Amino acid sequence: MSQEPIQYTISIYSENNVGLLNRISAIFLKRHINIESLTTSLSEIPDVFRFVIVVEVTEPQAQKLVQQIEKQVDVIKAFYHTDEETIFLETALYKVKTSFLFEERQIQNFIKESHANIVTVSPEFFVIEKTGFRHETDALREALTPFGLLQFVRSGRISVSKAPMGISQILNSFKENLT
Amino acid sequence: MSEKLHISGAEALIRCLLAEGVDLIYGYPGGAIMPVYDELYKFQDQLHHVLTRHEQGATHAAQGYARTSGKVGVAIATSGPGATNLITGIADAQMDSTPLVCITGQVASHLLGSDAFQETDIIGISTPVTKWNYQITRAEEVPEIMAKAFYIARSGRPGPVLIDITKDAQFATFDYSYKKCTGVRSYKPVPTLDHDQVKAAADAINAAKKPLIVWGQGVILGQAEAAFKAFVEKTQIPAAWTILGLSALETAHPLNKGMLGMHGNYAPNLLTQECDVLIAIGMRFDDRVTGRLDAYARQAKVVHLEIDPAEIHKNVHADYPVLADCKASLEALTPLVQPKKLDEWMARFDELYKQEYEVVIEKDLRPQKEGLSMGEVIVAINKASKSDAVIVSDVGQHQMVACRYAEFVRSKSNITSGGLGTMGFALPAAIGAKMGAPDRHVVAVIGDGGYQMTIQELGTIFQTKVGVKIVVLNNDFLGMVRQWQQLFFEKRYASTEMTNPDFVAIAKGYYIPAKKVTAREELEPAVAEMFATDGPYFLEVVVEKEDNVFPMIPTGASLTEIRLS
Repeated sequence: MSQEPIQYTISIYSENNVGLLNRISAIFLKRHINIESLTTSLSEIPDVFRFVIVVEVTEPQAQKLVQQIEKQVDVIKAFYHTDEETIFLETALYKVKTSFLFEERQIQNFIKESHANIVTVSPEFFVIEKTGFRHETDALREALTPFGLLQFVRSGRISVSKAPMGISQILNSFKENLT
Repeated sequence: MSEKLHISGAEALIRCLLAEGVDLIYGYPGGAIMPVYDELYKFQDQLHHVLTRHEQGATHAAQGYARTSGKVGVAIATSGPGATNLITGIADAQMDSTPLVCITGQVASHLLGSDAFQETDIIGISTPVTKWNYQITRAEEVPEIMAKAFYIARSGRPGPVLIDITKDAQFATFDYSYKKCTGVRSYKPVPTLDHDQVKAAADAINAAKKPLIVWGQGVILGQAEAAFKAFVEKTQIPAAWTILGLSALETAHPLNKGMLGMHGNYAPNLLTQECDVLIAIGMRFDDRVTGRLDAYARQAKVVHLEIDPAEIHKNVHADYPVLADCKASLEALTPLVQPKKLDEWMARFDELYKQEYEVVIEKDLRPQKEGLSMGEVIVAINKASKSDAVIVSDVGQHQMVACRYAEFVRSKSNITSGGLGTMGFALPAAIGAKMGAPDRHVVAVIGDGGYQMTIQELGTIFQTKVGVKIVVLNNDFLGMVRQWQQLFFEKRYASTEMTNPDFVAIAKGYYIPAKKVTAREELEPAVAEMFATDGPYFLEVVVEKEDNVFPMIPTGASLTEIRLS
């Protein structure tokens, strides 16, 4: 197993209980591991939630993190994946003064070239949305910075794995064991 | 139970405890838990509450109770400081896999987050040290959550669960009915035994020329003592224990080769570094057992029988993991393994034991010095109890000596704080241990330092008349720290010397019969008197001030670097 720290995406399927986020983040805290990004959402299964956490760790660390996460009572299953094993994206929003949109022609070019979308335009500001890889959202941020970005925000990574996760089977086998 | 009752959350909580078979709880009342205490008053003929003198004592007593009885220990406290005082015991139970349900009162739900009087975020505080925790804010939740709490605490690898209940949820009434919890969909307590894993482990064991078994508390928690003994006796493989596994196999068993780890026996530590197959059963490779990890048993193939998947490869890579309750895995494994002839290998254990005996053990047990040794006190306890007492030890030198020299003939007899190393554990834990095993002798062996961390529990002993025998080994030092200062800090005894009070007078203040022993000839009669006395007894033994515990593996050293002096 590689001892070099690389970026891993940890995916967690869990119950949606108050305090679970705290319980999961405590596992990283205890090991002095910084969370690069964290997203929670519904999953494909009703009542089952999903965490997507990005960390930079070695593979043995990733493996142990997943073991500890999975050990938590409210966690159904956890996985770790390399970037190659997942399809992943982030979304960024950029708020810029509306006057620039018309005065600085380059801005329109940036938007077009980076396949970004204009979400809203008001007399004072407009908001651009860009979904893609980190380096793409970064590139657009750098391009827009000289024009005075009023606000910038980027979501955590969302990701789906290329391999199946098999959560429904786990839940079904639980039901069979109960009856 | 299918009765329909319209009752308060507080009464429901008590009824849930009764439905789970609880008849004894430890705790301390206070504002936010008063409705529950009011119900305890009404149910006192069915549910006995032991008032400890500090909430920490309640958790340790519940731990002691759980460890000797095999049942779930219950501790209860109020919000704020009551709740935070439980934390040390909860953390201890988490490290040592002790099933506890801790109940804390909480401010009314409309006050949550307002920094109300005695409000603390006990869910947040206890999260890293509980197996599970939950805050009840509605009375209707009580039955389901309590059922789940007991199920989680006792199933799989046991552990502590904390249930926080707001005061309004204690007062509110609802239609109560109780259903035991039989499963939680996100939680698989016991992995399904994989017979391919068993087969692979059996093949590795059968091929071994110099095998060694290292076992831990999993054997006790899994009630696998008989299955374990059958495995050991069939294979004839020498076996050594972690201090939490101690007493699962009787001390006198010819294949019991003693204690692992920092102050363990010479032979099993050194031969861990020579064995070809290391068979770990229900143990987790704590650093106190392994020494320097990257030098630990490098030559050996590792078979690991374990219930908790998170322990596999955590510290030591398992070549042959067998995931299951160890009773199930041992029962599957034993028919597949062949008896071994290991004469040469066994002779190595004997030879190394002889070396340890000459340099360490003889001196510990039959000292030539005037001052008493801790070891001879343990021998006197063995003798007077016919090796059948429950020994509850605290943390430090006396703990290592107690574990090394106490003799046991049955399981669940060694109660100590292993993983967390909590000084102050023994006195309250002994209270619970005695209540969990009322027909047995329970002896708390404590140092003068740890004793004073929870000494107020003498009040609990006095009030309950629980027949705990307390033996304080007094060297007027925090002995283990002093030993390290001597060996690694050039004898700079920073804050380890203690000016101690008159311990006998303190015990007598609680009307506990007490005696102080300073000379060798007084020891055996005093220990005999202690066992002959009904009810509690306090015995202070003044021991040699600067004795050290050997063997010793210094922190960060490999097992090979074990020192006899």
